Amino acid sequence: MKKIISITYLIFLLLIGSYQVNAAEKTDLIKIDWSFNGLFGKFDRGSLQRGYQVYSEVCAACHSMKYLSYRNLSEKGGPEFSIEQAKAIAASFEITDGPNADGEMFTRPGKLSDKFYMPYENDKAAQAANGGAYPPDMSVLAKARGGGANYIYSLLLGYEDPPSGITLDDGVYYNKYMYGNQIKMSAPLSEGLIEYGDGTEASVEQMSKDVTTFLMWAAEPHLETRHRMGFKAIVYLIILTVLVYYSMKKIWSRIETEV
Amino acid sequence: MSDHDYQPSSKLGKWFNDRLPLLTLSNHLAEYPTPKNLNYWWTFGGILTFCLITQIVTGLTLAMHYIADSDLAFASVEHIMRDVNYGWLIRYVHANGASMFFLAVYIHIFRSLYYGSYKSPREVIWIIGMIIYFLMMATAFMGYVLPWGQMSFWGATVITNLFSAIPLIGEGIVAWLWGGFAVDNPTLTRFYALHYLLPFLILGLVVLHIWALHVPGNNNPIGIDIKKPSKDTVPFHPYIVIKDGFALLMFMIVFAFFVFYSPNILGHADNYIEANPMVTPAHIVPEWYLLPFYAILRSIPDKLLGVIAMFAAIFVLVILPWLDTSKIRSAVFRPLYRQFYWILIIDVLILGYVGAMPAEGIYLLVARVATAYYFIHFLIVLPILGYKEKTIPVPLSITEPVLGGSPNLGIIKNKKSLN
Repeated sequence: MKKIISITYLIFLLLIGSYQVNAAEKTDLIKIDWSFNGLFGKFDRGSLQRGYQVYSEVCAACHSMKYLSYRNLSEKGGPEFSIEQAKAIAASFEITDGPNADGEMFTRPGKLSDKFYMPYENDKAAQAANGGAYPPDMSVLAKARGGGANYIYSLLLGYEDPPSGITLDDGVYYNKYMYGNQIKMSAPLSEGLIEYGDGTEASVEQMSKDVTTFLMWAAEPHLETRHRMGFKAIVYLIILTVLVYYSMKKIWSRIETEV
Repeated sequence: MSDHDYQPSSKLGKWFNDRLPLLTLSNHLAEYPTPKNLNYWWTFGGILTFCLITQIVTGLTLAMHYIADSDLAFASVEHIMRDVNYGWLIRYVHANGASMFFLAVYIHIFRSLYYGSYKSPREVIWIIGMIIYFLMMATAFMGYVLPWGQMSFWGATVITNLFSAIPLIGEGIVAWLWGGFAVDNPTLTRFYALHYLLPFLILGLVVLHIWALHVPGNNNPIGIDIKKPSKDTVPFHPYIVIKDGFALLMFMIVFAFFVFYSPNILGHADNYIEANPMVTPAHIVPEWYLLPFYAILRSIPDKLLGVIAMFAAIFVLVILPWLDTSKIRSAVFRPLYRQFYWILIIDVLILGYVGAMPAEGIYLLVARVATAYYFIHFLIVLPILGYKEKTIPVPLSITEPVLGGSPNLGIIKNKKSLN
């Protein structure tokens, strides 16, 4: 049994080690106790719905989300809009479809099965419209940055006047959390920029928190299922391990060696 | 052969078994005499078999949904993560399974180093094991390329470019590996084909590895030859089966923790950015399990020598049975070797750490010292130690130390230190 403990301890050390290597990147990020962290972590439904509102009214002007479909908005574990609401959201976009029987492309209102509307025709158009910087696709953004959700939240709140001595080019902004501190996106959020449907006060912190939660869901749409299943799987494994441990003791007791 | 041996009772079974004794193979496996003092470090062989089968099964399922095309690969992985039923689970098990596989294989290898399992008459088991390890690294590297993220692309570029260091033909070899003049679609499709093939080669080698093991039988913590079967052995079933099963379950709990609660912690965030040949990531780092070798590669200023050193780091392991001149297998009876063993472990951990850091300043210096020590350990310390070391007397059988009270190794150690 001593050996089992020492093996477990070794693995535990390795786990801690890998956390710390990862933590080195995000030392001075603002850390939030996200509702989706932890063994039973879940998304805050209201925050997700508000986050979608921030995304669609602010971010979506430049940032695509090409791996998401409107149907995702009503799926379990997500913002859980009703089917009708999701249909209405989809229908508010004009989607290009075709070609029809005459070989012509045409537009029609969006459907649940459509992917999110793309703000630009292609990457080049996106770059041309944004001073040469490509606004990254937001589908998996929350997983594509070291620090994850904390990084995105910090970045949104990290806009500052540049310290004296630093001059910025036109169209470049100072952000203390950006790699190299220079970012081509102007501060996207400002006090009361949008009016939340549920009456929540639209402070910059609130909007940042909501949109970050939304982006985390977009990147990990099955996070809630994963946490639920994980808990069951681990409890099951622990019970089975205990049973097998006592069976092993019993079997080995036939000979006088200790296990 | 004991009374409870399985014998086919049906006519067809007998007819078949006389021609190919596959049905009674289980008798050999169940009775296989195993030293009774094996500790938990010996359970990783079974754990590794589990890892290999998990990777093959999840990989097969992923292959049904994955598209090996530079325009579609990244999107097909997202499709698996979002729309395939439990696709996220299968992919996370496969991705973390690779790390778990390497965690287990490193424990397995270092167990062998501690207890001298590579020594005569087990050299062939060891060499087959090293080939498996090498193929595992190749398979894992190519698997990491398939999602076609930034680290996939740039990792593939850096590693394949190593071959350009070979004089005269290097550039030609690299173009041949790529199937073009840069890492591109032909590279991806061939990596996919090889990533699918190599695990089955590994599976075949695992069969040989176990076959070769069953000739001399297991080594054991006190590293002595034992009579088989005897008082020192237990039949594989049920004793070892249940013990391996218990250890496997413990391992699965750790595995499940990664899959369900930190599925991305062992990967690099940049690999969720689609590959872009125009943008080079700030730091290109391989997966954690390759970091020590990456550190050795970068510690040498000359590219060709760096590549040679990296491959030599694996090759010294292959010839280890002849580098270690000591006749005593287990480190339990080799007080000096035991200390060098732990220094080696620290050395490899340091190499892994500096491999993840930028190759400059103090990190580069540390990497050079650690690389030098790695080779000194195998090429100088081990050969000399065999002649110079004063070893502790080895018991004649596993049961012998029991006379002192308990078969625990701790007791042996204490008893010896009292003498």
